[in-house]
Amino acid sequence: MAKIVTKNLNLWYGGFHALKDINSSFEANRITAIIGPSGCGKSTMLRVFNRMNDLIEGVRTNGEVLIDDTNILNSHTDLVALRKKVGMVFQRPNPFPLSIYENIVFGEKIHAERISRDRLDEIVEKSLKDVLLWDELKDRLNAPALRLSLEQKQRLCIARLIAVKPDLLLMDEPCSTLDPQATAKVEELMRELKNKYTIIIVTHNMQQAARVSDDTGFMLLGELIEFGNTDTIFTTPKDKRTEDYITGKYG
Amino acid sequence: MERHFDEELKTLYKDILKMGIMTQEAIYKSIEALKNRDKQGAKQVIDTDDKIDELELVIDEKCIDLIARHQPMAGDLRFITTGMKINAELERIADLAVDISQRVLEIVDKPILKPLIDIPKLSVIAQNMVRDAIDAFVKKDVELAKKVVLSDSEADKLRNLVQNELINDYMAKDSGTAPRAVPLLLIARHLERICDHTTNIAEDVIYMVEGKVIKHHPEELAQ
Repeated sequence: MAKIVTKNLNLWYGGFHALKDINSSFEANRITAIIGPSGCGKSTMLRVFNRMNDLIEGVRTNGEVLIDDTNILNSHTDLVALRKKVGMVFQRPNPFPLSIYENIVFGEKIHAERISRDRLDEIVEKSLKDVLLWDELKDRLNAPALRLSLEQKQRLCIARLIAVKPDLLLMDEPCSTLDPQATAKVEELMRELKNKYTIIIVTHNMQQAARVSDDTGFMLLGELIEFGNTDTIFTTPKDKRTEDYITGKYG
Repeated sequence: MERHFDEELKTLYKDILKMGIMTQEAIYKSIEALKNRDKQGAKQVIDTDDKIDELELVIDEKCIDLIARHQPMAGDLRFITTGMKINAELERIADLAVDISQRVLEIVDKPILKPLIDIPKLSVIAQNMVRDAIDAFVKKDVELAKKVVLSDSEADKLRNLVQNELINDYMAKDSGTAPRAVPLLLIARHLERICDHTTNIAEDVIYMVEGKVIKHHPEELAQ
């Protein structure tokens, strides 16, 4: 089932045409990787899905982005609700300078009006369990989040997202600052999470895209050149530009 | 953009080609030894096989190294994995040339059973198939690879012809011919097996070039 469908999606930063007529379909409960050289528009596309580009001056978008059949580019879209439903993980983990506990309940406190301490405890436990951090952190929930390792911080940021029950997780280079072991843990976590969420990951790391994703899209100069099953893209891509990029001949 | 990796792929490619040439020579010499009742020639094929085995290991190691160090994708990945498979097929073909030579040694001192007609024909088919399969690999020529795959049925027919003749016209009539007829029957079988391995090579070439799996899907050949 398609979770996100884009129809003739175009985006301009002022005069720069950053996304050109993107037609795509992202399936639910799958991990989709978007790959492509720097500046090809992959992060821009990711940010369209929770309207993060709205924060940039001079951005113009047209076409349609349907999430669960609703066009989120409509002017009356509730952006707070959208960003609750479509969470984002960034390149550098960005926990708040608060305790581990407070980081996780932060979103819930904003979105819910009154919430009991017991309910918050439950959310913290469940979210940390989902990101496989509970056993490591359950005895020091009041410790500052900034003291965690990079990989723990990244997983904490994912737990913070999960706490507000999103449907979609957007990940923009989530492992680029992590070492191989920490990367492996986050990738393992992604595989666990895809049963409950739809995940879209932007990555420069081709091997990571090949390892972790079910589907892959290749972008170049704002166009979505090829989109399909990851196995097919990495063994028998149809477009020569995809072949050149993934075999390192591009440029 | 020329990559350092391309240089390593070229070396691998040359090694596979060398393996192909050595294998072709082994088949040719084993058949010549049969035709000329040449004991020395047959022994030479058996002795040369060690060099082919060594090269097989070198190629395998190179392929594994390239996969481990470069994590190849797409066309590069298909080339390397196909290269590994072709390497193994060629080594098996060379072993069959050794088997033929051993059969030659078994009959060379015995009186001729019959003039050889269909076995040389079968050997020509086998040698042409091996040559074309290697050419198809070199030139990335899918049409030539398909031709190789289609030739296999001809080899099967000839093998059956040889088999029926040796069984019905010789062994059934006079069991005393068996010591000379069985080695010939086995040679026909070895040649037919060479054709089978060569068919695998041709199927691998089609996968390498087009990413299309022909193996066990003969209907794909027509497309």
